[in-house]
Amino acid sequence: MRMLLMGNPNVGKSVVFSRLTGARVISSNYPGTTVSFTRGYVHIGDQRVEVIDVPGTYTLNPTCKAEEVAVQMLDEAKPDDVVVDVVDSTKLERNLNLTLQLLERGIPMIVALNMWDDAKHKGINIDVQKLEELLGIPVVPTVAVSSEGLRTLVERIHEAVAGDMEPHDVPDRWAHIGDIVTHVQELQHRHHTFLELLEEMSIKPITGLPMAAVVVYLAFKIVRFIGEGLIGYVFDPIFNSLYAPLLMKLSAKMGGSGFLHDVVVGKIINGEIDFTQSFGLLSTGFYVPLAMVFPYVMAFYAILGVMEDFGYIPRLAVLMDNVMHRVGLHGQAIVPTILGLGCTVPGALASRILETRREKFITLTLLAIAVPCTAQTAVIVGLVGKRGGQYLFLVYGILAFLWLAMGLILNKIIKGESPEMLLEIPSYHIPPFVPLMKKLWLRMSGFLKDAVPFMLAGIVLMNIFFTTGLVDLTARVLSPVLTRMMGLPKTVVVALMMGFLRKDVAVGMLAPLGLTTKQLVTATTVLSIYFPCIAAFVVLLKELGIKDMAKSAGIMLSLAIIVGSLINLFWRV
Amino acid sequence: MRISLANMKPGQTGVVVEVLAGHGMVNRLEAMGLRLCKRVRKVSSMLMRGPIVVEVDGFQIAVGHRMASRIIVEIFVE
Repeated sequence: MRMLLMGNPNVGKSVVFSRLTGARVISSNYPGTTVSFTRGYVHIGDQRVEVIDVPGTYTLNPTCKAEEVAVQMLDEAKPDDVVVDVVDSTKLERNLNLTLQLLERGIPMIVALNMWDDAKHKGINIDVQKLEELLGIPVVPTVAVSSEGLRTLVERIHEAVAGDMEPHDVPDRWAHIGDIVTHVQELQHRHHTFLELLEEMSIKPITGLPMAAVVVYLAFKIVRFIGEGLIGYVFDPIFNSLYAPLLMKLSAKMGGSGFLHDVVVGKIINGEIDFTQSFGLLSTGFYVPLAMVFPYVMAFYAILGVMEDFGYIPRLAVLMDNVMHRVGLHGQAIVPTILGLGCTVPGALASRILETRREKFITLTLLAIAVPCTAQTAVIVGLVGKRGGQYLFLVYGILAFLWLAMGLILNKIIKGESPEMLLEIPSYHIPPFVPLMKKLWLRMSGFLKDAVPFMLAGIVLMNIFFTTGLVDLTARVLSPVLTRMMGLPKTVVVALMMGFLRKDVAVGMLAPLGLTTKQLVTATTVLSIYFPCIAAFVVLLKELGIKDMAKSAGIMLSLAIIVGSLINLFWRV
Repeated sequence: MRISLANMKPGQTGVVVEVLAGHGMVNRLEAMGLRLCKRVRKVSSMLMRGPIVVEVDGFQIAVGHRMASRIIVEIFVE
């Protein structure tokens, strides 16, 4: 037996899933957080039952990739599988449309009437027993965020039966649903709450646009505040006062120089360890991911988590829809873009909510070219920021310009239109603290598992590349482009090679190269544009297919060369 | 009075009487809860033909402008 969690988008399937299985998955307050299925297990008696978190869908006629996955899961269901239809109690009528379609399929089913507490707050009363009678399957009220009712749901799972609903045609089905709803649902009048007032204000242009500007500005400010605070008051003191003396002792024991010393501890610069430039496994290898990148990544995801769970992101999508249409996208493409500011991988996966191949291509190409991930940004801030804020502004100004310009161009040259927006706007919720922290922890542990090993591997590889002469060879091949056109020293080749591994590592590699400010700006910009890191590349390839990926990569590489050369050409020192 | 969703003023309420769209679009709108005989309240419209936000059954949906101009609503006259 398997349990398939199915239902409309944003009804809390992923919350039910993680509560049932203990498996950690990302859940947020907007439609389309889950774009692929996740498996987990729950013990019922002495039986170990597989639970599958299926992406949300409004109907069984899919309109995008994520919905296709849902329908495919259903088609592949075995006769002893049970569908747990998660229903948003506050949107009963619309949710029942899918419930009835599922019932018509004749699969054993049970309904979880989720967000039961919300329904009560909104003055919606649902007669559960009557609903059970009318549907002919068990119905259990649940509040997944607090695990309420989930035990009952699991206990009653064996009562799940296949409905004996005849297939309806569409108008009949709606008539049937209307019938059910009038029998089981009662609405009470009540006054609007403050959150509802805020909902309206944030979607009306006259109040919503200024609010959006404030929200985005504050988000950046807070991310910087947390990030800089953590670095300045926590990580730098730890590394400089506690860790550096220990490393110096080790360095002395290892003789202070030599190949092994330099790989393990790093080069001693002016009699000291310079955490950004020494480039040893134990110095830079830990400093960059932990003290430079981690604080910003954590700050970013802390703020993103709040915005996601509060329900703000879809409103931003509506407000941004106009701008997004100019670049051939629609507002919903803001979701992959915002996630991409964190990391390209989840950003690229989120593009599955987009309907057309054209839209996916534009979103993902822009994402890869002009949306640097937080890890990369952290190192850019660390290195370029040291030379002056205006240079930081220049790098991001160029990238923002590229995003807009490339979007306009791609929108012109790729045939087809961008589809229109049709998006559900979730209610605002004050996000409870514990789930927020769990989500943050999930994302941060994922980051640490990737970032530290990649940085360490990067340092070892860099040393190998240098000693084997591979760097010289590649540099010689690339020198016409690199040196003549972009004005970069040939050592930058190492960073370009590492960029395939991880972007933050690559930007970090620029530190010990002794670049001028102009070269540093050119190199960081080129590193952002030229190619995605390996993790992002794999996902992009999967989402785009070989042909579109090749086109996209072609755009990235040529754009990197053009932009690098232009900076070199127009920047006179 | 019959006007399209796009031409409604924010705050106005009405009933959907006609959807001038193909089968696929009608199905998608229906699945989102927007269909004939539904009472809708227009919440807002973005500047420059941006998406329209309407409230149906107590929740909000954003609909592209072109699509919204093909959803015809009978306005309640107060």
